[in-house]
Amino acid sequence: MNDILQVIDLTKRFGGLTAVSNVTFSVRELEILSVIGPNGAGKSTLFKLIASFLRASGGEVRFRGERISNLAPHITARKGIVRTFQETNIFKGMTVRENVIIAHHLRSKASLFGFFIGSPVAVRDEREFGRSADRILEFLGLGEIANEIASNLPQGHLRALGIAIGLSTEPTVLLLDEPFAGMNHDETMRAVEMVRSVRDRGVTLLLVEHDMSAVMKISDRIVVLNFGEKIAEGTPAEIQENERVIEAYLGSEDESIGL
Amino acid sequence: MTRTTKIVGTAVFLALVLVGIPAFITVSERWDLYYTLTSVALLSIASGGVWLTFYIGRINIGQGAYALMGGYVSAILVVKYGVSFWLTLPLAGLFCAAASVLIGLPILRLRGVYFAMVTLVLTEVARLLMLALPITNGAKGITNIPLPGAVKIFGLTLIPDFATLSNVRPAFYYLSVILMIVSFAVLYRLVNSRLGKLCRSLQQNEELASSIGVNISYLRIIAYVISSFLGGIGGAIFGAISQSVYPSSFTIVDSINFMLNCFLGGLGYVFGPILGTFVLYFGWDLLFETGRFQLLIFSTVLIGLILALPNGVLSLRFNKALWGSSGRE
Repeated sequence: MNDILQVIDLTKRFGGLTAVSNVTFSVRELEILSVIGPNGAGKSTLFKLIASFLRASGGEVRFRGERISNLAPHITARKGIVRTFQETNIFKGMTVRENVIIAHHLRSKASLFGFFIGSPVAVRDEREFGRSADRILEFLGLGEIANEIASNLPQGHLRALGIAIGLSTEPTVLLLDEPFAGMNHDETMRAVEMVRSVRDRGVTLLLVEHDMSAVMKISDRIVVLNFGEKIAEGTPAEIQENERVIEAYLGSEDESIGL
Repeated sequence: MTRTTKIVGTAVFLALVLVGIPAFITVSERWDLYYTLTSVALLSIASGGVWLTFYIGRINIGQGAYALMGGYVSAILVVKYGVSFWLTLPLAGLFCAAASVLIGLPILRLRGVYFAMVTLVLTEVARLLMLALPITNGAKGITNIPLPGAVKIFGLTLIPDFATLSNVRPAFYYLSVILMIVSFAVLYRLVNSRLGKLCRSLQQNEELASSIGVNISYLRIIAYVISSFLGGIGGAIFGAISQSVYPSSFTIVDSINFMLNCFLGGLGYVFGPILGTFVLYFGWDLLFETGRFQLLIFSTVLIGLILALPNGVLSLRFNKALWGSSGRE
């Protein structure tokens, strides 16, 4: 398998605090890679750096060999690296279907002016987006609630909608920020299946996640951060055995690795 | 809701403003109504611009600056350079649009109350600038602006010289109302096209919008430019009607009123600013009799209205589709 995304010596300092320190790892094509670590380990910062929501203090991110760090977020998205958010991952005031349709924006061939005057390309785009949105909603089991206002959805559906929005951009690499947070066991298991099926559609997945049982179940490989540094990398089995990881987790009070 | 309702509604509205009102004024000889309604039309054009900036999630209290700028650009071109008013009208709009790119680039990064504060200051800056610049003639302003001249193509008179008209008020009324109709038709189309949906995505979640590939700074500028263009055009016609423009022609109070018009009509409805301007303008005039209690009563009613109908007068919902509702707030 090829490395699709390379993180090389990535560093982020906030004043005197180094949130991410010389982190290096690669993401292989079509794998599910999870980044874990105790609270404050720098996972979310790492995500923001990869998606260009923050500027790196040092190091770089390469996508298929091309340097992509420190671009504008929408440019990174256009290159195929799309991030979903932990909390506000939806457009609250729109219906579920509208949410997914608007997320097709990247794929539109018509210009904004074309949409304004209703050019044939724009009309075709809109029709196409509608159909594609319906397919994605069906795929993620949201078909029946397509016309609900997004802010009225329960947690599980919200996450699914967040993933639907990410999928609509046809990403090459999808960055999921805590996709299982706030879910009960059943919801998590369903979501794990969902994430797997997303990968089966040809999307490489990078996750930040707290839920250890889900991480162990879903990941091909795991990268562990602690205090901004990478302390381990490997398959779930290797990570479970890793002494530095166990130490890092036992050292904090509100985390358990769930071995 | 249906297409037919929309067409009938539009037809009724057009018949009312283009035929009904002029006929009523002629019969009742209430010529002063022309001036009032012309003002409402012009103010609602400027308010329509403010409404669009609300639509991308920005509280804009700076429209007075662009209206003032537009008034001056048109007046200076007409008086000092002898350019036809009809040419200065789009030029005023374009000048404001260009200025808004320069101003918008830095300030549109701000959100919420910070953006609102900066735009509020903008109006005051514009006023002081007009006082200070050599070309604007300071506090004396620019007066004796000639009325709009004729427009002829191959000897055919498209628009007569306003100075030769026996009564200039209907001419300005038609000009303003037609411009209002065109502006709001454009806004309506814009909001109901993909551009409008993208604007709503900005309003609701800028971060997510940029992560799905929306160029948010570009889109913000587009909305702000259209807004300022409308403000400039409104201001230019105001100058032409009053045949004068002063630094105090548009002040902070006007900027606030533009914003209030949008609130009052309803931020979720494209045509909200028209109704809002109408209600606000006539409401104020109706209370004229109450003398020194005018402002007190006016403000109380306004506060009451905003409390009772937080989504604007249009949320009373005559016919949602007809009024160009574009979804919930």
